Amino acid sequence: MTNETINQPIEGDPDDMAVAPRIEGHSAAVAPADAKPILEVDGLRMYFPVKSPGLIRRTVGHVQAVDGVSFQVAEATSLGLVGESGCGKSTTGRLITRLYEPTAGAIRFEGQDIAHARAGELKPLRREIQMIFQDPYTSLNPRQTVGSIVGAPLVIHKVLPKDKILPRVQELLEIVGLNPEHYNRYPHEFSGGQRQRIGIARALTLQPKLLVADEPVSALDVSIQAQVINLLQDIQNEFGVAFLFIAHDLAIVRHFCPEIAVMYLGKIVEIGDRESIYTNAHHPYTQALLSAVPDVKQAAAGGRLERIRLQGDVPSPINPPSGCRFRTRCPIAQEICARHEPPLLQIGRKHKVACHFPGRLGEAPREPLTAGLLGVDSEGRPDPGASPSTDLVEQPGYADTWFDLDNKSIGRA
Amino acid sequence: MAPRVRVASVTHGDEVKMTIPGSELEIHEAAVPVEDDAVVKVAGRSPTQLAIARFRADKLSMISFVLSVLIVLCAIAAPILVALGVLNPNEPHQNLLSDDGVLPQGAFGGVSWDHPLGVDPGLGRDLLSRLMLAISSSLAIALTGTVITVIIGSILGIVAGFSGGLIDATIGRIIDLTLSFPQTMMLLAMAAPTVQLLRNDVGDLPGLGFLGKADLANGVFVIGILAVFGWPPVARVVRGQVLSIREREFIEAARLFGASRRRLYFREVLPNVWAPVLVYLTLLVPAYISAEAAFNFLNVGIKPPTPTLGNILAHSKDYTSGDPTYFFLPGFLLALIVVVFNLVGDGARDALDPKSHR
Repeated sequence: MTNETINQPIEGDPDDMAVAPRIEGHSAAVAPADAKPILEVDGLRMYFPVKSPGLIRRTVGHVQAVDGVSFQVAEATSLGLVGESGCGKSTTGRLITRLYEPTAGAIRFEGQDIAHARAGELKPLRREIQMIFQDPYTSLNPRQTVGSIVGAPLVIHKVLPKDKILPRVQELLEIVGLNPEHYNRYPHEFSGGQRQRIGIARALTLQPKLLVADEPVSALDVSIQAQVINLLQDIQNEFGVAFLFIAHDLAIVRHFCPEIAVMYLGKIVEIGDRESIYTNAHHPYTQALLSAVPDVKQAAAGGRLERIRLQGDVPSPINPPSGCRFRTRCPIAQEICARHEPPLLQIGRKHKVACHFPGRLGEAPREPLTAGLLGVDSEGRPDPGASPSTDLVEQPGYADTWFDLDNKSIGRA
Repeated sequence: MAPRVRVASVTHGDEVKMTIPGSELEIHEAAVPVEDDAVVKVAGRSPTQLAIARFRADKLSMISFVLSVLIVLCAIAAPILVALGVLNPNEPHQNLLSDDGVLPQGAFGGVSWDHPLGVDPGLGRDLLSRLMLAISSSLAIALTGTVITVIIGSILGIVAGFSGGLIDATIGRIIDLTLSFPQTMMLLAMAAPTVQLLRNDVGDLPGLGFLGKADLANGVFVIGILAVFGWPPVARVVRGQVLSIREREFIEAARLFGASRRRLYFREVLPNVWAPVLVYLTLLVPAYISAEAAFNFLNVGIKPPTPTLGNILAHSKDYTSGDPTYFFLPGFLLALIVVVFNLVGDGARDALDPKSHR
């Protein structure tokens, strides 16, 4: 191994990424140039009521599972949603598929707000948005054959006459790499990876435009994960399906998603394209997450970057910390973090971060960058001389202008 | 080696080329076939088919099953044979009784070729005919009662478990109320007026004329009592099962496709609670057969001359010393039926839930 490869940094250039793995057709996914958004999520909130025990069940609090999340998913591309357990990623996925009804916010699918659509209005939508579940052992009904599991959506939506269902099921089984003759078998006769393929076939049955993949490979054997990820990529290339890819494995997300959002305790703390997040992270939480990814290359070189260890546990979402939710575990938190919630600032063409002190690892600014925008002094107390900026309203997409932190200027597309 | 390579190919997509040649990766990719083509034509075996195979492997269960089938066949055949005149359950034979006109002549309750099990004391009716017909009426009551119990119990259990909240709480309280109700008191106090009501008022309604007959009105009353007080345990068992099933992801998947409530209940949930319900069903039949017999001691149920196991047994208790055969035969038959059906139920439970141990 040459010096060059060792020094080839974590901040590898984007072109490198596209050609790297030589398995044909399974290079890291690249976003299409200017795809229009298929899904737009704006200020999404989900508060689950906490009831008191006993006969009269009063609501004594709320679990703020998702608290004001905004993002876009473009056609035929993938947005990765990462974060530790309990940060609200799965809830976000279930809100978008409308398994839950959100407390507030908008979910615009192809321009139509579906956040509070009723069952009747939802039914046509069910064909457009589908979901791949995490656990292949509970997501298939053990008492139904593979044929009736995969064919169920066709029966419910009455899109095909009865005698056309079986050929379609067999076609789907073939697409996901299963033997089409196995349609009359039961789920317990398949392995975990094969079951997940059945789940994928079922999600594809109605030819959806958006697939919410809720940790689709985390329940699988590591050796099977690659096959399933490759299958998902093939499906995306062939059918142009957009993915909301929920995961906690940063390496898989890096491979699969051109754009990534990092969540912490119900909020997006950093969102951006792959390079911004993986090589140019500005939020201390993202940096801590990335430092926890085991790195074969660094290990081979005999050393690796020091791991950032976060102290303590994730605070309770019933009673989240004031101001910035990450401040209780943040290595660079200051007074202002307890007083004000940091706005999601755009700091690059496709890069937003919610931190008062955004900066590369070890280069965080001393003074809060957001104080002026919020109209407060550096400790977070109201500053009578300053006026809060009015354009801090969070937008799902990216603006054409941003704060360029390196040049201390306004960047333009 | 192979798995590690595959991890690298995905998890470190952009760095793989530096450590492992791509050609090697392709070999590994091909080396693990996704599918096993050797067993293409084998049809799948459903969980039910597997359970039947396990049931068949258990000798005791199979013997009990064959016996219970014989008993059911006997129950079906009896009314036909009566109609054909082969069996005469109500024809008295005073000449076969002893001089006092009560006890039958001869050994073992007057056993003869014409009357293989003897005749009953008092009237001298053929005991074989009466017992066969008794199995018929007792099984009819027990089976109908069981089916109604299980239907009410499963539907309420599924609805309660699936809906949760207020509906669950309401059904839960109804269950508590039913279980705490003094059943026997109700049975005794309500028997006469209810049967009267069934015969006279309800029996006058069009299509319900059959209730005018005393036997049928009494039978319907017993079935009603069994069903009304029998469903709560079934509902509880089903509700408990549904609570665990509704959290599984395949229910969410079905919801995602816009499945209707009915489809969720009966296509997705019901097949998964079917096993405990089936077990409960096989255990309810013997329980209801003995319950019917017990009711007869309280003077509730189908009255003579129509025979049931219960009223024959109730009648025979007066002749325990004078004609022990007459007492022994219906008692033995009742015990046999109850044991056999219970064993079938046990076998079904073991077959449907291979993890359970007796």
